[in-house]
Amino acid sequence: MDMQASKKKLGLKEKYAHMTRGLDWETSYQPMDKVFPQATFEGIKIHDWDKWEDPFRLTMDAYWKYQAEKERKLYAVLDAFAQNNGHLGVTDARYINALKLFLTGISPLEYVAHRGFAAAGRNFPGVGPRVACLMQSLDEIRHAQTQIHALSNYNKHYDGFHDFKYMIERVWYLSVPKSFFDDAFSAGPFEWMIAIGFSFEYVLTNLLFVPFMSGAAYNGDMATVTFGFSAQSDEARHMTLGLECIKFMLEQDPDNLPIVQKWIDKWAWRGIRVLSLVGMMMDYMLPKRVMSWKEAWEIYFEQNGGALFGDLARYGIKVPECLAQCSIDKEHISHQAWATFYQYGGAAAFHTWMPTDDEMDWLSAKYPNTFDKYYRARFTYWRDEAEKGNRFYSNTLPMLCQVCQIPMLFTEPGDPTQICYRESDYEGEKYHTCSDGCKHIFDDEPQKYVQAWLPVHQIYQGNCFPEGTDPTVEGFNPLAKVLEWYHLEHGKDNLDFEGSRDQKNFDTWRGMATKNT
Amino acid sequence: MAVTAMKDYKFSPADTQDKFHGGQLLYVGWDDHLMFCAPFAYCLPPTTLFSDLCEKILANSFGYHPDWKKVDFTAASWLKSGKPWQPDMTKSIGELGLKHKDVLRLKTPGLKGIDGTCS
Repeated sequence: MDMQASKKKLGLKEKYAHMTRGLDWETSYQPMDKVFPQATFEGIKIHDWDKWEDPFRLTMDAYWKYQAEKERKLYAVLDAFAQNNGHLGVTDARYINALKLFLTGISPLEYVAHRGFAAAGRNFPGVGPRVACLMQSLDEIRHAQTQIHALSNYNKHYDGFHDFKYMIERVWYLSVPKSFFDDAFSAGPFEWMIAIGFSFEYVLTNLLFVPFMSGAAYNGDMATVTFGFSAQSDEARHMTLGLECIKFMLEQDPDNLPIVQKWIDKWAWRGIRVLSLVGMMMDYMLPKRVMSWKEAWEIYFEQNGGALFGDLARYGIKVPECLAQCSIDKEHISHQAWATFYQYGGAAAFHTWMPTDDEMDWLSAKYPNTFDKYYRARFTYWRDEAEKGNRFYSNTLPMLCQVCQIPMLFTEPGDPTQICYRESDYEGEKYHTCSDGCKHIFDDEPQKYVQAWLPVHQIYQGNCFPEGTDPTVEGFNPLAKVLEWYHLEHGKDNLDFEGSRDQKNFDTWRGMATKNT
Repeated sequence: MAVTAMKDYKFSPADTQDKFHGGQLLYVGWDDHLMFCAPFAYCLPPTTLFSDLCEKILANSFGYHPDWKKVDFTAASWLKSGKPWQPDMTKSIGELGLKHKDVLRLKTPGLKGIDGTCS
C-alpha cells in the first residue's frame, strides 16, 4: 500500500530548519573535538554555533533548481555565441588578451576556492556555516567550469588559451594569484573565511568582477558577460556569507577581535597586490575602456569599502593601516604593472603593446597627476624604438617580492621615482619585500614565506626546464627552455600584439564577414 | 612570530645558497631608471669580478637605455641594503663580502632617464 503523504507542503522556515539545521547530529563513536580537529587551533572562540544567522535560508533542493535554470540559459547563450562566431564581434583582437589573463590567472582560483570552501565546510562544527560553505564550494566549481566552457570557444581561434591548468603551477606571473590562494588554503578554516570569504569576496570582489564583466560588455563579448551574470547572483550570496562570518566571529567572543583584525590587515593587502593585474587590464588591455582603475578603486573601495568599515567599527574593527598607501598607489600601479608585462612580454602567455596617442590622452585625462609626469615619456620612447625595429624586451630576470611574488616594481609611497626596497633577516637568510605591507606580513609569519616557490629563484636553481635538459651544453638558451617548460610557444603565445597570429587571423576573419574579397 | 598551526610548523628555506649550483644571488637596481621595472636578479659565482659585473653583466641588462653609455663608474656610488657601500673594481663579489641575496643600488649622478622623468 502506498504511504500516505501529508498534503501540506512545508513552509520555507520549516523546510530550512529540517534541511539544514536538522541535518546536524552529535557524534557518539568519536568525541566532537576529534571529528572537528581544526575548530579551535586558530584561537577563535565560538560559544554557540546556533547563533549563526543565514540570511539566504537556501536549502539544497532549491539550490539545484535555481542553478540548473541559470546553467540552461548560460549554455544556450554560449552555443549561440559559438555558432555565430561571436568572437569576431569584439572591439579589437587586443581585447582577447584580457580573457587570456582571466582564464590563466582567475579561473584556476575559482577551482581552488571550490576546494577551500569544501574544506572549511568540513571543518566547521556548526551546521549553518557548513551548509553555506558547501553551497559556495559548489558555486566555485561551477564558476570554474562555466568560465572554462565560455572561453574554450576562444581557444579554437586564438593563441594562449591552451594550457591554463598546467601554467598556473609554473608561469612566473601566475605564481602571484596561485601563492595568494595557497597562503589562504594552508591556513585554518577561520582565517580562510576572512581571507577569501570576507576580504576577497566582500571587500575586493567588485574590483575584480565588475571590471572584467563590464569590460566584456563594453567590448562586445556576450559569452563572458553571460557567465558574469550567471555568477553574479552567487556572488551576492558569497558576499553575505563573508560578512555574516566576520560578524559572527566578532559577536561570539571579544578575544576574537585582535585575531580577526590581524587577518583583515593581512588579506586586504594581499588581495590588493593581486588586483594590480586587474588595474593594468582596465587601463591598458581593454580597447574600449569602462573606467580607469583609479575610478574603480574610488567607487568600489574608498566609497563602498569605507561604508563597510564604518559598519564594522561598532565591533572595534579598524580600517587596515596599509590602505593609506593605496590612495597613493591608485595613481601608479596600473602603469607600473603594464610596463612590467611589456618588457617581460617574451615570457607572457598573452600579447602586449604600447598605447596609441589617443589612449595616452585618455590616460592623461584619467591620471592628471601622474601619467604625463612619470609614464608618458617612457611609453613614447618604447613605442618609437619599436617602430625603428628596436622593441624593448628585458633580457634579465627581475627580483621578486618574497610575499606577493610580484617583481619589485612598486615605488615608495612618497616618491614615485624610487623603487620601494624592504628587507628582513630571518635565521641567517635575507628576504626582500616590495612594501611595508608585504614586509609586515613576512615578519609576522616568516616560517610561512621562507618556503615560497619564487619563479625567478626556481629558474636559477634549474628547476624550470623540461626533463632531460642539460644546461651545461654549449649555446644553452635558458629562456627558450623555460618557455618550453611553461608550454608556451615562442612567437605564437608571447611577444608583441603587432604582427601576432591573433592580430592577423582576427583581421582576416572579420574581413571575410564584412567584405566581399 | 610563529605560525599558528596544529603541529610544529617548520620548513627549510627554499632559496638557500647551496641550491644554486655554486652561484649566489645578487640583486642590482639602477636608481632613476624605471624603464627597467624592477631590480635585476643574478645568479653569479662568488669569483665574479666586480668590474665584470659592471662592464659585462650589468651592461648586458641595462645597455638598452640611452643613459647607459654615459655611466661613469668612477663617479657612480652604490648602496647595499640602502646604506652607502664602496666596491673595489678589481675584487670579486666574494672578496667584497657580498652575501647570497644581497641587494645593490647603483646611483649615477646627473643621469635622470628619458626626458628627465627617471624612466
